[in-house]
Amino acid sequence: MTAPAQGTGGDDAERLVGIVLVSHSAAAANAVADLAASLSGSAKVPLEPAGGGPDGGLGTSSDLIASAARTVDRGAGIAVLADIGSAVLTVKALLADDELPAGARLIDAPFLEGAVAAVVTASTGADIDAVAAAAGEAYIYRKV
Amino acid sequence: MNAVPDLPADIDAALLLRWLDAVTSVIEQEADHLTQLDSPIGDADHGANMRRGFRAARTALEQEPPDTPGAVLVAIGRQLISTVGGASGPLYGTLLRRAGKALGDAPAVTAAELRDGLRAGVDGLVQLGGAKLEDKTMVDALLPALDAFTAALDAGGGTEQAVTAAASAAEEGATATTPLRARKGRASYLGDRSIGHQDPGATSSALLLTTLADTVRKASSS
Repeated sequence: MTAPAQGTGGDDAERLVGIVLVSHSAAAANAVADLAASLSGSAKVPLEPAGGGPDGGLGTSSDLIASAARTVDRGAGIAVLADIGSAVLTVKALLADDELPAGARLIDAPFLEGAVAAVVTASTGADIDAVAAAAGEAYIYRKV
Repeated sequence: MNAVPDLPADIDAALLLRWLDAVTSVIEQEADHLTQLDSPIGDADHGANMRRGFRAARTALEQEPPDTPGAVLVAIGRQLISTVGGASGPLYGTLLRRAGKALGDAPAVTAAELRDGLRAGVDGLVQLGGAKLEDKTMVDALLPALDAFTAALDAGGGTEQAVTAAASAAEEGATATTPLRARKGRASYLGDRSIGHQDPGATSSALLLTTLADTVRKASSS
């Protein structure tokens, strides 16, 4: 296990929710992860992109998702955000067969806006329910 | 439980491994056709994805052949989920894993048990994908196939009659997706422009079942 984020409030404050970003495109997953991380201040939220298919092209890789989920698991829950189609279905299939670490959850949220909200919220030490709620609220943030 | 007593337990691991071998060859032959169907309404990867998934499954099961029909289906499902890369991976993977789990540890199963397993698998697929009849998906081939399977058993048929009836119904169901407007997946974004194209997922579902029927026919004629 890698060391959790620097924190001073004891174990609970150190156990941040982990976040996995699943996109059909590796470039999109990496870029959204970079964007969300850069907006989340100094706290190191465990965050992993899992983009692209088994052959490295566009698609979804269950192995990448499972490995990203294990990497970000600090025992405080794992928020998995997915873009469309097979990304969503693959996460659901993995969850249905208990192939992701305990505490992993598919978050019902738009991918980019939800990722930013999730990472910023997780950086405060919020629990997974709060992270999920913040990401989901991105659906009702109107732009015009 | 089962309406038909005394069906022979004639579906074993060896039969399903022969099916996997045959279906992998059929998918190889039909990959371009599946991709062609997927080009106007999908992302033109269904053939390549299915080919990659079934090749991986055949290789994995040749190396470690499971010894029960349930374990064969579970292992194929696992391979499809991890190698297909498109929506058909988790959908077919869930179908086969659920079906395999429902078959349990029996060394061989009857047609009625296979039907119950497939029903559990299709239920799992429907739960995962959320598609209903006439959404222009693989469900349009699979649900009529299950009904035909059951009708053949109720009429006193055995494994060969049941899987043959299921395969015909799946082919008819796949053909009948052509005039439908897609309500699931990428094709649903196209609205009316999805009309007039046969659904690639329903087409591959029919291929899986027609190949099963061929495999069973060959087994009973040998």
